[in-house]
Amino acid sequence: MEKKKKRLVIRTAILAVLAGLVMYTLYTNLTKESRGSLEEGDEAPDFVLRDVNGGTHQLSDYEGKGVFLNFWGTWCEPCKKEMPYMEKLAKEYEGQVEILAVNVGESDFQVENFAKQYGLTFPIAIDEGKEVMDTYGVDPLPTTFMIKPDGTIDQIVIGGLVQEDQLRALFERVKPSS
Amino acid sequence: MGKVKCECGRLNPAGTILCESCGRALTEKAKQDKLVDMRYEGSARRSQTYNKTLIDKVWNFFSSVKVGIWIIVLLLVAASFGTILPQEFYLPSNVSAETYYEDVYGTFGKLYYMIGFHDLYNSVWFSALVAALGVSLVIASLDRVVPLYRALKNQRVDRHETFMKKQRFFAEREGKLEPAEWEKIKEALIKKRYKVRTENGALLAEKNRFTRWGPYVNHVGLIIFLLGALLRSVPGMYVDELLWIREGETLQVPGTNGEYYVKNNGFTLQNYKAGEDPEVFNEAIDRVGTVAKNYQTDAVLYRNKNNEMPGAEPELTRVQEDSIQVNQPMKFGQFAVYQTSFRQDEMKAMHFALTNKETGEEFGEVVIDLFDQQAAYDLGGGYKVELLGYYPDFDGFTKEGEPTSKSPLPNNPAFLFNMITPETPDGEVSFAQIRNTMEPLGETTFKMAFKSLDTRDVSALTIRKDLTLPILAAGGIIFMIGVIQGSYWNHRRLWIREKNGQVYAAGHTNKNWHGLKREIRSVLEGTSVPEPEDRQKE
Amino acid sequence: MVHLADASSTLLEAAFFFYLAATFLFGGAIRQKGLREGEALNRWGRLGIIVTIIGFAAQLGYFFTRWAAAGHAPVSNLFEFTTFFGMMIVGAFILLFFIYKTTVLGLFALPVAIIIIAYASMFPREINPLIPALQSHWLAIHVTTAAAGQGILAISFIAGMIFLVKNIDQATSTKKTKWLEAVMFFIVSVIAFILLTTGFAMADYKAEFEYVNKEEQAAEQEFTLPALVGPNEGTLLTKEKMEPLAHVPAFINAKKLNTVIWSLAGGVVLYVLIRLITRKRVAASLQPLVRQVSSDLLDEISYRSVLIGFPVFALGALIFAMIWAQIAWTRFWGWDPKEVWALITFLFYAAFLHLRLSKGWHGEKSAWLAVVGFGIIMFNLIAVNLVIAGLHSYA
Repeated sequence: MEKKKKRLVIRTAILAVLAGLVMYTLYTNLTKESRGSLEEGDEAPDFVLRDVNGGTHQLSDYEGKGVFLNFWGTWCEPCKKEMPYMEKLAKEYEGQVEILAVNVGESDFQVENFAKQYGLTFPIAIDEGKEVMDTYGVDPLPTTFMIKPDGTIDQIVIGGLVQEDQLRALFERVKPSS
Repeated sequence: MGKVKCECGRLNPAGTILCESCGRALTEKAKQDKLVDMRYEGSARRSQTYNKTLIDKVWNFFSSVKVGIWIIVLLLVAASFGTILPQEFYLPSNVSAETYYEDVYGTFGKLYYMIGFHDLYNSVWFSALVAALGVSLVIASLDRVVPLYRALKNQRVDRHETFMKKQRFFAEREGKLEPAEWEKIKEALIKKRYKVRTENGALLAEKNRFTRWGPYVNHVGLIIFLLGALLRSVPGMYVDELLWIREGETLQVPGTNGEYYVKNNGFTLQNYKAGEDPEVFNEAIDRVGTVAKNYQTDAVLYRNKNNEMPGAEPELTRVQEDSIQVNQPMKFGQFAVYQTSFRQDEMKAMHFALTNKETGEEFGEVVIDLFDQQAAYDLGGGYKVELLGYYPDFDGFTKEGEPTSKSPLPNNPAFLFNMITPETPDGEVSFAQIRNTMEPLGETTFKMAFKSLDTRDVSALTIRKDLTLPILAAGGIIFMIGVIQGSYWNHRRLWIREKNGQVYAAGHTNKNWHGLKREIRSVLEGTSVPEPEDRQKE
Repeated sequence: MVHLADASSTLLEAAFFFYLAATFLFGGAIRQKGLREGEALNRWGRLGIIVTIIGFAAQLGYFFTRWAAAGHAPVSNLFEFTTFFGMMIVGAFILLFFIYKTTVLGLFALPVAIIIIAYASMFPREINPLIPALQSHWLAIHVTTAAAGQGILAISFIAGMIFLVKNIDQATSTKKTKWLEAVMFFIVSVIAFILLTTGFAMADYKAEFEYVNKEEQAAEQEFTLPALVGPNEGTLLTKEKMEPLAHVPAFINAKKLNTVIWSLAGGVVLYVLIRLITRKRVAASLQPLVRQVSSDLLDEISYRSVLIGFPVFALGALIFAMIWAQIAWTRFWGWDPKEVWALITFLFYAAFLHLRLSKGWHGEKSAWLAVVGFGIIMFNLIAVNLVIAGLHSYA
């Protein structure tokens, strides 16, 4: 009887290990797509980028304020549409929520030309080697990360923000609570 | 479920067919069979003995060879379905799988996509099938190797005559054997590398027992291989990235966390040429047209000291220089960089001449770098060209008359120029492309005439790190050792027994009976031991 | 170098005729029963194996002279690979002949090798330069080992086929006789393909078509057999050639389908002709040739070839293949159709071994499995290269 019991224990243990391995494989197989990319609630990775005027912008400098981190390109139509709202709210929320627009590696001329055309005054940084874009796992443009004053990601918005109310709601959520 | 006691006194595990010690048949079926079934030496396969709890049932399911064979067959049939149409990952990158299969292969293609066969090898059910094979390998091997080991270790020299009589090779004769004859047989067997044991007028000669472990060794190899494949999904074990890099560019090597940068010093595409290459190739080159000889990226690898933060200005130190070719990746640390693809002649810069439309007189040339434009190009003497807009992949105009670009890639560059000359100090606006110019704000005196184009190649490099390779290699090597061990030797045994005035001789091999027959004949030649007959022949 | 290439071709032709001669010699030898102890091969058998070895040596000569001429191992296109595969079948036969001394094996193995070498010659035969992906020592290592494995496994098929020809009762028509005839018909179709291709090539038949390919672009295709089916929206450019009876959709390669249709039609004609002349099933006509040999011996030869060939195949077609794929294609495994079919072959023979060892599938069942296994190998050689496009579609 003793021996039989022992055998059952061994079998159970081996099967448990095998089942664990199989589950792990299936799980990683299923979640392959989303693995490694940022999710809401994660800490926003710090980065530093230069802008067209030679100034540098580091994300951690904005701690204590909300950040509207927007990835965009000059050719992208929805990016163009949300810019005027961004400009408007940047002024309205000054000191509370900062806009940081990251251009995905176009030339200084294109970025400056675009900023002039749309009358943009908020800081625009250029991600020349697309390193920040890769770190944040940005694929379609525009993509916006709403970052809370404590540096964690509140929301990830993929695609254009076509209404002012939408943006305002996002800004309100990451505004410092004081 | 108790033990089974044999007449010889040995206690055998329940389910044993042939006594581990003397070889007597223990089951009714084995007693009635003309020849005994020598698979696993008639030992009790563990799974057959219990079937009570759910655990035991699951265990027995995976222990069955029949189930194992079914898994293999299902796997091979399933794998074949994936080759009917190209898999999703082999489609050109610019098409969507959703429409591609239907567009190209019609209803069948649509169905193929809907069932999910377009990505069969990554599907959950296919992975589950592979996993089932792995589980079956572990359990079926464990269940057999232990009893087989016991049976071979415990075998007695003087097997019972009923055991011998039921062997495929068997003969008996009345008589006795002289000691000299015993010695002679023993010597002949030792010469043939048999291990010989004698006891109570019985002889057991055995060789190549190790070959019986071959299947288990190769299964261990396969299990290690599968474990290695499984480890790939552990973070940090595996990197697979593609980097498109233009000639002259220095870019971060993806997957290295900013630690490495690579510079493309130039891409080379060479084709075979009749005349330059060996004459024997001429005929083939004639028939096919062009045959590629070499794809090569001359690369410089740098290490970045300032890699703490993405986007930070890199501080590069040169590590190594290498010509990356197909079949000759550049290796550094745990990484290898491969030449994977290329695009030739991407536009780099465009040359325009400020030209008087009527006279054709030119007032200087501007070179516009398509990746770094200037706001104004001064040609001296009061001639100046201002760049008002740049559209790298020009795609037409919006309703408002705004030029648009489809992408950031310079596939179809267009420019909006303001041309300032002493004659037109306020400037004239011209919209210029390679083949044509437009005058959106009214007729102009001057135009920007396209002169020439600078191009460069773009190289695609694959960056790969795979820390599972050593494990896979170990699995592969163990597998090969196992199959060779099991396939290229035969486990042979010869029993001779003298009892009550009878001489019995029996032989067994796990395969290659003709070889055994020849060997036994040469050993027993000239002795009074009867030569065992093959009793399975038709 | 060009002289060397010419010498090489001559050696291959010589090998072909030696194999043909050896077949007839083995035909003369089969009256001798499977060798008993102390019995020597009869004169026919001895001559047969000697001529086979001479042929094999000639083909080795072809192989190495061509290697010298090209500067790379001549296994880089379909002609070279298939020829080498034929040579490996002969090599494997010689190996097993020396173990079992069975002449009837030669009577069947050599014709199979001959047909395969003739089939190889239907593809472009010139020496081609290596594309970058093939420029590696692993070309010689991987391809020759894989082909050797397949050659040895082919002997298992040949022994299995002889077993079936011998043991399947030809007195009445059964499912078994029909399946065996299907195997015979396939072989006859390959012969028909060779005859038709050679015939039309001698007549220098060429018909050029313009058509719309699956990327919806205009393309051209040259047919060397009269087009029974033409390409998608194809128009015949060459004058006074046959107009196709039908057109296929763009994703089907009309030229290849046309060749398959011709081969099958030719196969039917040839097969019917044989049946009309002999008034017997093909297998029934072959039966008297194999009556002498022991079924048990055939079973053992078939099993032994799998045991010898399986490790070689696994090493060449999977392990070496993975090592090279890691170097050339950046990953050791990529589910390319050829890779998948090598895996299928491996799995099939693994199932074969398990069925034999654990389920006791001996004799006839085992022989059928050996036939199916060879079917998979041929499918991988012919269909996967020609029909399913993938990374291995060279030549």
